[in-house]
This record gives sequence, C-alpha cells and structure tokens, in this order.
Amino acid sequence: MSLDPALVPTWNGSNGSLVGARIPMVDSVDKVTGSGKYTDDLTLPGTLVGKILHSPHAHARILSIDTSAAERLPGVRAVVTGRETPVRYGILPVGHDETIFATEKVRYIGDNVAGVAAVSESVAEEALRLIKVDYEVLPAYFDPEQSMQADTNLIHDGKPRNIEKEYHHHFGNVEAGFAEADYIRDDRFECAEVTHAALEPHSTLAKFDPSDPDGSVTVWSSTQVPYYLMRTLAATLELPEERVRVIKPLVGGGFGGKSEVIPLELAAAVLARQAAAPVKITYTREEVFYAHRGRPRQIVELKTGVTRDGKITAVEARIIQDGGAYCSYGVVTILYSGQLLNAMYDIPNVKFDGYRVLTNKPACGAMRGHGTVNSRFAFETQLNMIAEVLGIDPVEIRRRNLLQPPCMTVNGLRVLSYGYPECLEKVVEHSGWKQKHGKLPYGKGIGLAGSHYVSGAANAIVRAEVPHTTVDLSIDRSGMVTIYTGAAEIGQGSDTMQMQVVAAELGIGLAQVKIVAADTARTPIDLGSYSSRVTFMAGNAAIAAAREAKKQIFAAAAQMLATTPENLTMQDERITCRDDPPLWLSFAEAAALAVGPDGTVRASGSYSPPASAQGGKYKGAGVGPSPAYSYSAQTVEVTVDPETGELKVDRIIAAHDCGKAINPLTVEGQVQGSVWMGLGQAVQEEMMWQGGRLMNPGLLEYRSASTLESPPIETIIVESNDPEGPFGAKEAGEGSLAATIPAVVQAIHDAVGVWITSLPVTPEKILRALEEKRRREELSH
Amino acid sequence: MHQESVQLHINGKNYELAVEPNRLLLDVLRQDLGLTGTKRGCDDSSCGACTVLIDGEPQMSCLMLAVCYQDCEITTIEGVAALNGRENELDALQQGFAVEGGAQCGFCTPGMILTAKHLLAQNPDPTEEEINQALSGNLCRCTGYTQILASVRRAIELLRDPAWRDQEVTSR
Repeated sequence: MSLDPALVPTWNGSNGSLVGARIPMVDSVDKVTGSGKYTDDLTLPGTLVGKILHSPHAHARILSIDTSAAERLPGVRAVVTGRETPVRYGILPVGHDETIFATEKVRYIGDNVAGVAAVSESVAEEALRLIKVDYEVLPAYFDPEQSMQADTNLIHDGKPRNIEKEYHHHFGNVEAGFAEADYIRDDRFECAEVTHAALEPHSTLAKFDPSDPDGSVTVWSSTQVPYYLMRTLAATLELPEERVRVIKPLVGGGFGGKSEVIPLELAAAVLARQAAAPVKITYTREEVFYAHRGRPRQIVELKTGVTRDGKITAVEARIIQDGGAYCSYGVVTILYSGQLLNAMYDIPNVKFDGYRVLTNKPACGAMRGHGTVNSRFAFETQLNMIAEVLGIDPVEIRRRNLLQPPCMTVNGLRVLSYGYPECLEKVVEHSGWKQKHGKLPYGKGIGLAGSHYVSGAANAIVRAEVPHTTVDLSIDRSGMVTIYTGAAEIGQGSDTMQMQVVAAELGIGLAQVKIVAADTARTPIDLGSYSSRVTFMAGNAAIAAAREAKKQIFAAAAQMLATTPENLTMQDERITCRDDPPLWLSFAEAAALAVGPDGTVRASGSYSPPASAQGGKYKGAGVGPSPAYSYSAQTVEVTVDPETGELKVDRIIAAHDCGKAINPLTVEGQVQGSVWMGLGQAVQEEMMWQGGRLMNPGLLEYRSASTLESPPIETIIVESNDPEGPFGAKEAGEGSLAATIPAVVQAIHDAVGVWITSLPVTPEKILRALEEKRRREELSH
Repeated sequence: MHQESVQLHINGKNYELAVEPNRLLLDVLRQDLGLTGTKRGCDDSSCGACTVLIDGEPQMSCLMLAVCYQDCEITTIEGVAALNGRENELDALQQGFAVEGGAQCGFCTPGMILTAKHLLAQNPDPTEEEINQALSGNLCRCTGYTQILASVRRAIELLRDPAWRDQEVTSR
C-alpha cells in the first residue's frame, strides 16, 4: 500500500526542491497500517520471556540472595544476579556507578536485583516470587537539600555529602555587575520532577548466535543510541565490540528516555547468554516510570541585576538538582542548567553554583531540553517580574538585552545565527500582544517568553578519535541510491531528513533513494538521537557523502560528454553541460559510467563540529558548546477562574528559528510536540513521591494531557540560515519546550496578578497565591 | 491453566485457536496471531494504544478477555482498509495521518485511526470539539495533537471528495 501520489506531489521525481517541501515521513505508511515493527513486535523461535526482580527498599544492603527455588521451577531457563554481573557502567565516562544487577546495595525502590528467563510470563513472574533476598535496610535520603547534609550511610562510596558533582563557575565579575545595577531581584523557583512517558514501553530482544562458541550477540532494542548500547553491551558482557550487533527497529518515542542504556537492555542479553535462547524483556508501564531517567526536580535560586532601562548587568544562579540514585547523565544535566543561562541574551557577568545531588529515587537523566528547561523557566519568569517592576514591556526588555552575533558568550559559546529577535517580533505581531498585554479583562491574560537549545553537543560523551557521525552512500547502475547511516529514527524524521538532503544534493527524486539505518553491523558510527544533533550532524555528513558521490559521477560523465567536471550540473535527474544544455546524461546513465569494480559508486561523508564551536578550557567547559543554537519565542493566552484557580490555556503561538526548515511538516510537528510537553510540565505533570515510592506510576495518574486539555498550537517557522547547518538548518525538536512554561506563568500573572514560582502550576497554587495577595492588600490598607 | 477452544472473527477472517481463559484479547492478537499493529502502551486502559473495533465500537483490548468476544466482529488496524472493500488501498484516515504528520513515532496511531474510524462512521462531519471528545481516550506524547486533528480533518475532506467516494462505492 502506498500514499495517494496526488497528496504528495514531491514524493516521486524532483519536480520542485525537496528542501523546504512538506514531505510525509518515509516510514509513515508502515505506521498507519500497523505493519511497521517495534521491538516488542519482534519474535524469534524459542524466545523466552525475561523479567526483572526490583528492590522493595529505597536503600538497603543485600545480605544474601537465594535463587535455588526459582531455578528449580519448571520452565525457568535462567536466573542471574549481581554476582554474575560485576562490571560497572554508565552513560558518562565519569559516572560508571551502575551494574546490571545490584552487587552490594540497592539504592532506590525499583533497583534491579535479579533477572529470570522462562517459557512464559506467568512462569517468569512465579520465579521472581521464589527468589529470596535478605536485606539490611539503611536510612534513605529523599530530599536533595537534606541529602546534601548527610555524612553517614552515603548512597555511593566516594561521594561525600551525597553530591554527585558540583560546579562553581564565574565569568566576568558579578560583584562589579551587581554594583552597576539599579535594581536587583532574588527569587527561588522550584520545578517538580517530570518524565518522558514515551508511549512505547522500553523493550529489548537479545539472541546469542548458537553456532559461535566464543559468543556473539544480536540485540534489537528501543534505543535512541544504538552505538552507545553496542559499546556498553560489549563492556558489560566482556565481549569485543565486533561480536555485538545492535539493531534499532521502529522506536515509539524517546524524548531522552531511551538516550542511555537502560538496565533491561543489558539484562536481556545476560539472560539470553545464560539460557542459550533468545530473551525478550518488555517493561510494564509501571517499570517504565521507575526506570525513569527524566527531568530532575530542580531548585533555582536566581539573582539578576539590571540598570533602570532594563539592561542586564549580572546573573547569579545557585541550582540544586535531585538526581536520584545514580549518575546517569547528571553531570551533563547540572552543567547545562548553568551553561545555557548564556547564548540567549547578552549577559556580561555570570556566576553559577550547581549541585547534582544523589537521593534514593530512580536516576534522573536526559529529557527533551536537557538541563536547560528549569533554569530557563526561572530566568524568563524573573525577567518578566523585573520588566513589571521597571514598567518596561516584556518584549522591550528582551530587545534591550539581545546578543550581537556573530559573537562568543562570556562562557565560550559561539553564536553565529540568531533568529531570536525575529521570533519575538513574529509572535508579538501574530498574537496582537500590544492590544492584549495588560489590557485584557480580569481573569484573561497573555504571557511571553523565549528559549533556545543546542543543535547537537559539540563535544562527544565518549572522547574517541572518530567523527561524530559518518554517512555512507552506494549508488548502483540503475541510479538507485542507498544511504547507510547510524542515526536513529525515533519518530522525529531522521530517515526522511537524510533522504531529502541526499536527493536534493544529487538532483534526484525521493523514489530513487533508500535508507539503511541504525544497525551497528551494517551502518557507520553515529552517536545517536540526543541533544538535537541529527539534522545538523547527520544532515551535514549526508550532504558531504552526496558531494563525494557527485564528484565521482561528474568525473565519469565529463569523460563521456568530452567536457570538464566543473562544466556539469546535477539536477532534474540529469547531468547537464552548463554551456551546452542539450548535452546531458540521465542520472542512471552517469552512475553506470562511474561504478567501481563492485558495480556501485561508493562515497562517504563525515561530520564533527569545528574547533571554534567546542568551547573554552575550564572545568565543565565541554557542556553547552554547540555548532549552532535554535531560538524560540512564544505567547500563551489563558483564562483563570479566580474563584477556583482553574486554568485554561486558550491559545499558544510559537515562533521557532530552526535555521532552515528542510521539512516544514516535521519541523511544525516537532515544535508543537515540544510546546505541548512544556505545557504539560507547566500545568499538570509531576512525579509524586512518598518517600521513595512513586504515587502515580500510570499514564492517567501522571496526567499526560489528552486532546481535551490540549489547546491549538500555532507555529511560525523562522529561518536564520545558519552558515554551517545543512542547507542552513538547525535543531527543531527541543528548543521550544522551555519557553512555554514561563509564558504560561506570565499569562497567569497578566490575568490575575500573581506570580507562581513553583511547578506545576496547579489550581491550588493559584488559589493560595490569590489568597495571599488579597490578605496582603487588606493589610496595606 | 486449561485451554479453551475459541473462534474469533478478525478482519473478516475466522480463526480457531486454543487459549487460556485469562488471556487478554491484546495478547492473543499480538502473540498468537501476529497482528502486532495493535499496541500495548500501558496495562490499564490509560492510553488507548490497544484500541480495536468490536462490532464497529472502539474498545481497549488490554482489558478484554479473548474468550468473551467470539460472537463479535473484531477489526484491528491491519483490517481497517478492508472495511472499505479496498484491501490494498489506504483508508482515508490512514492517508490523512501519513500526509499531515499525525504519526510521528506511530505508536498511538493504530488506536487513533480506529477510534477516528468509528467517529466518522457515526458522524461524517464532526466539529473540532467532537473530534477532540472522540479521541480523548487515546494518548499521544509526540504531536501535541495539532497534527492529529489536521489528519482527521484531511480524512474528512478526502471522504467528501466525490472521486474518492465513487471509487469506494464501486469497489464494494
């Protein structure tokens, strides 16, 4: 089955440019027919069901584990505990603090204690019940500010005061900056913990090759990072990397929750080795919530100084993140929270004290807008508070603090393209801001805020001497192009983007391009789908590969046409002489002339960020630098019922500078999805803890918004044409999330006159703030 | 546990199989019959990814015991195109979701399409509010629903197109 060609005029052939066209995602037919395969849809003959035994205690020493009864249960084929899995791992080289199964201690309710593989789910569950574990329960820490006071029963050895990592940055001179200020504000903001809740629960299928006595394993997994998973499997299974193959099937959403190795991925492989049979583990929804790796609870104490006309003179931030029981991406998360206070506005003096704190809860990790979201909420909200006090329009105070790119920020972030001013002007115009802000009837309000994000981290997690991404092409005699890429399609349009840029560069139609993606045995290295890196990096590599192929085809065609390669162009599926247009070869004819001994034209392209984009030399300088930053400005309109505190979001307009929209259909989808996720964090999503137990580990209890709570989101694409981006493109999938939250908060203030500084903004908080305001006003009369 | 012999009518075909009485329809579809287009996103009817049509009505197969649905006509995403009598062509909703970006990761898509299929069968010209109401039991974490609404609207437009409709009628 295929799409009606009338609905997609650019699908076949190259009638019109493929760059900038609304192209349905190339795997969309598989998705709408249900024929596309996600990991849990796969099965192999003799596949066993894997299950994990989780800790019932938040912090406890394991005294003994008795698995004998479980092993004796008919139908059980493997039981594995921490004794067999001593190798420590973690996504960051500085954070190797996990093992597949706990070795000495469990550190959160849900920690992984043992795994079983059995012939059915019910037998596997029965086997889990038969495993006897003796625990010595230890005092546990649940609040980061209390955890930081601890000196006994530390969560990890070698982490005094339960601090995973702290950073103290000072750029410029904040004392001097505050001395210059006419007005200084100091506020405390609190942001609740939120999680990705991708609709597809994590799933992994692992199979060892029975014919290979030395062991080689193939793993299919719902991962955003096949390459990192391959490396971690090799390390923990103690196999050479060439004996580990990771294949990424369709992935049902990630948002960062599949951007590091999740315990089930390793557990499935260990069980498959022991059972000598394929093993599949798919998490229940509750297990997904406890696997977590989401956005930490964050406390931001923020101090900003401004001159009386609103120019920022200094910013000082003290940030505490409740990181949970393991490092995960935590060191990066805390750094982002400080580093990306910059690259939005011109801030001459910045001080940042950041603390990533361990607690006895599931580890937090990377989530859409990684590390930047809660700091941005605090900063933009405080800027709006300052604007109110100084009597400056919130748009105007932003105009007065813009960067002047090209420039380098005080902490070493290079900014080349900067569509933020245009984003601001666009949302002001489209929302009718001037007629609305401060002028709507009581109970109605409009708010505005901005945000930004990296287009890929300029420095790789693993400092290996390989490019950040490589794309290979092969072109056969018929002119069919196959792209080989390690980049992970997770629903964001990675495959479609690469096919578009290759087809555009070669002047051919999408129907002439195929893609093989994210199979570590068949595709070159790509670091994965995280930090919004794929369009910028894999896009640039794909273009480089296409240019290399073009060079070879031009050389062969020039010989045939008795001209020079410089005199040739490649478009409309033809290679044409510039000075003699009637003289041409079809793309297929030219490809056939250029093929090598194996019958194909082969080309390769790579991308690594330039040295000038890699940041400064101080401790922690590696996180924050990116070859380019996206920008967003948004307006949000709300209705607040002052009697009940009930909040209704009526309209959101989001302008996003993505450099160049290679595919406006997917760019709009990414921006809308980001805004919506930001709105969820703003008004309803929250991980609710009672001690170490999660009170709402379900999609309804977590309150993921349905159609009924989701306002229309209007998107405006701003194209700043980044000089280094592929066709000028930058990221589109994360940068819009953060702005939504402070824009909502400001709209509430515009509606009823109260500032809410704690997320999520519930009706209870609005009512409480209104009540306080009323009492304050009474007392001052 | 003992097994019972059951007959299920799915996508116009009859299946005879032996299942334990506690097996969920969702598991039988996915594991026994390989109809993996029906997805499991939660375990408790929170998300709607497992939606199938039972005699045309959308229901969540993660809450249904397979043995109880022997007298029903069950439609999964794999059978939705055939409902129009055009097994090898995409349904208007499938076209709409593909073309308007309604399927990002695609995991909620089968459930969304089946729920919308029922809506359009009942009400070929729904208001935006009616669409939102109908889809409110199907969660999506990718789109923010804006492009899902556009997808349903595109399907409605396609169904209004006389050329599309005639084709459908003649193929029956």
